[in-house]
Amino acid sequence: MTAMIDLPDAQPAGQAPAKRKKAGGSLGKYLLIRFALIFPTILILVTMVFFLMRLTGDPITAALGGRLAPDQLAIRIHDAGYDRPIFVQYFEYLGQMATGNFGRTISDNLPISGMLATYGTATLELAINSLIVALAIGIPFGMLAAYKRDKWHDAVLRVLAISFYATPVFFAGLLLKLLFSIWLGWFPVAGRASTSTEIDMASLSAPTGIYWLDALRSGNLDAFWDIAQHSVLPAVALGLLTAGIFLRLVRTNVIGTLSKDYVEAGRSRGVSEYRLLTKHAYKPALIPIITVMGLQIALLLGGAVLTETTFEWKGLGFQLAHYLTARDFVAVQGIVALLAVIVAITNFIVDVIAALIDPRVRY
Amino acid sequence: MERKKSLFSRLPVISQLKQSMGLQRGMLIAGILMTAIFLLTAALAPLITPYGPTQRFNETQEPPSSAHIWGTTAGGYDVFSRTIWGAQTAFLVIVVAVVLSIFIGVILGLLSGYIGGWLDRILVVVADAIYAFPTLLLAMVMSIAISHGRSNMWSGIFSAAISITVVFIPQYFRVIRAETIRLKAEPFVESAIVVGASSVRIMARHIYKNATRTLPLIFTLNASEAILTLAGLGFLGFGIEPSSAAEWGYDLNHAQTDAASGIWWTGVFPGAAIVLTVLGLTLLGESMNDLNDPRLRGRKRSKKKARTMNGNKQEQVVDA
Repeated sequence: MTAMIDLPDAQPAGQAPAKRKKAGGSLGKYLLIRFALIFPTILILVTMVFFLMRLTGDPITAALGGRLAPDQLAIRIHDAGYDRPIFVQYFEYLGQMATGNFGRTISDNLPISGMLATYGTATLELAINSLIVALAIGIPFGMLAAYKRDKWHDAVLRVLAISFYATPVFFAGLLLKLLFSIWLGWFPVAGRASTSTEIDMASLSAPTGIYWLDALRSGNLDAFWDIAQHSVLPAVALGLLTAGIFLRLVRTNVIGTLSKDYVEAGRSRGVSEYRLLTKHAYKPALIPIITVMGLQIALLLGGAVLTETTFEWKGLGFQLAHYLTARDFVAVQGIVALLAVIVAITNFIVDVIAALIDPRVRY
Repeated sequence: MERKKSLFSRLPVISQLKQSMGLQRGMLIAGILMTAIFLLTAALAPLITPYGPTQRFNETQEPPSSAHIWGTTAGGYDVFSRTIWGAQTAFLVIVVAVVLSIFIGVILGLLSGYIGGWLDRILVVVADAIYAFPTLLLAMVMSIAISHGRSNMWSGIFSAAISITVVFIPQYFRVIRAETIRLKAEPFVESAIVVGASSVRIMARHIYKNATRTLPLIFTLNASEAILTLAGLGFLGFGIEPSSAAEWGYDLNHAQTDAASGIWWTGVFPGAAIVLTVLGLTLLGESMNDLNDPRLRGRKRSKKKARTMNGNKQEQVVDA
């Protein structure tokens, strides 16, 4: 379970002290406040989720009610401790969470914290793939739209960007599936890889869990090709949604920087518009993207639930949808709490990166 | 309902249409047209559709024909009728969700911004925490809490709307709070305090009317987000049961397996309905937003014209 949390944690810890010497106390203080804010955020979300999920009754009745006799149900409720006062259960739950124990699912009695290791990497892989698609489309086309402002390129790109945003992932997925898998037959309909590749990946020693990385490391090019083919449609479906947002953001920011004094100064000295765009205006315009990327993580995770369901991509979101259908609300609560932790930590990391890059972000 | 109407009448669409030009005008008009078609479809659904939204037929997965112009689903529903009726469901959810979240968000924002102190700090931290969390997951948890995830038409509409409300409150809260804090320092508020007006009166009369000026913009943008959230909930099986009302997200969930066997008509039509509705609302909201922001407004205007335009804008502010 630590695979995902350790990785990002190590990064700021490694970077912060080195920078702090240069920047003095202010950056350190800023990072400390940001770090401290992780805990109330997680606490509020976990508390909300806990009480909302328990508002309508105990999870055992929800999962097994109607299938078990009332007396058996009562025994199971008592065994699991759901007949105790809700605040006792709440503090017990918090205590468990503090030790990294998110509980066990009711339907198949699996530890929820184990799911992060099993399925978290699949979600991470999907998020990385779609982020690559989003950046590859959003940044160049956003710059083009700003450069050709109010021309037809701009009009087409802006309407496209809004259309991307307006298309739910599962509808984009459906269209992509129809077009590229059913009619053209270029890509597989669903899944992360073919069954044989999945077996290959599972038999690797010390896998990272990110399939294409594992395939490259083991030099298995056939598997890599197979994985790449499976990755395209889900990454595009989820990536387009974010690409639309990035495109609009880059456009607005580049338009903003193109009218800044230092760019005007360059213009008056005869620097070409193209050079102004590529050398002067675009870098400062990209800084807000990093901040927005942090907010996009939440959108990406929400979108991942839908994308994974659409493409049967077996990650955390797919599991969440599975347990929702099974009405296993302990599992749902556990996974949502897990995602809350991930969101809070990613937001912190994004804040750190933004502060390191742009001094204006700090207090 | 009445609240919404008054907001709508305050939507300065007409004046913005006059300000706009070229591309921006095109986008604004496209947005207005698409939104109008959506509203008309929602209102006239009973007249347009040949069948009811929950009527089932023996023909399942029929391709489009004269009896079922957009075909039928695996459950034997008429795709055309369900897509059109879906507009009504979407409209009702938007209205309930946005009215509720404006109501609660505005009250909390006013209180938090005006009173300040501990209340403010706690509300801000809570709002930020909710804001950072994936919309859909939170709406899902709310939906489980309200109806255990299964519902008929009206309870489904309300549970979907309330789920969306919880997600949107922080947005209205933030905007209103920031405005309130800014307005609190304005001379007219200070003079009201000096005259001896009570806090409630200052908040309700002086700050409320000034702080809610930007709401129509957020309203249009949120309406499109509400549709997407509703569709997402429906897709995950949390929407409204198909036997009680038509809902686009639910239909798209069932269309996924159809798509794998090449049956395109069950998914393409409700999906296109979502895209066009959200596109229309977003174009409308975005263009109004751009026109309100002088930096983003079209720039091909001569200086003289720009000046008169600013004059118009000032008048408008005074009028409102």
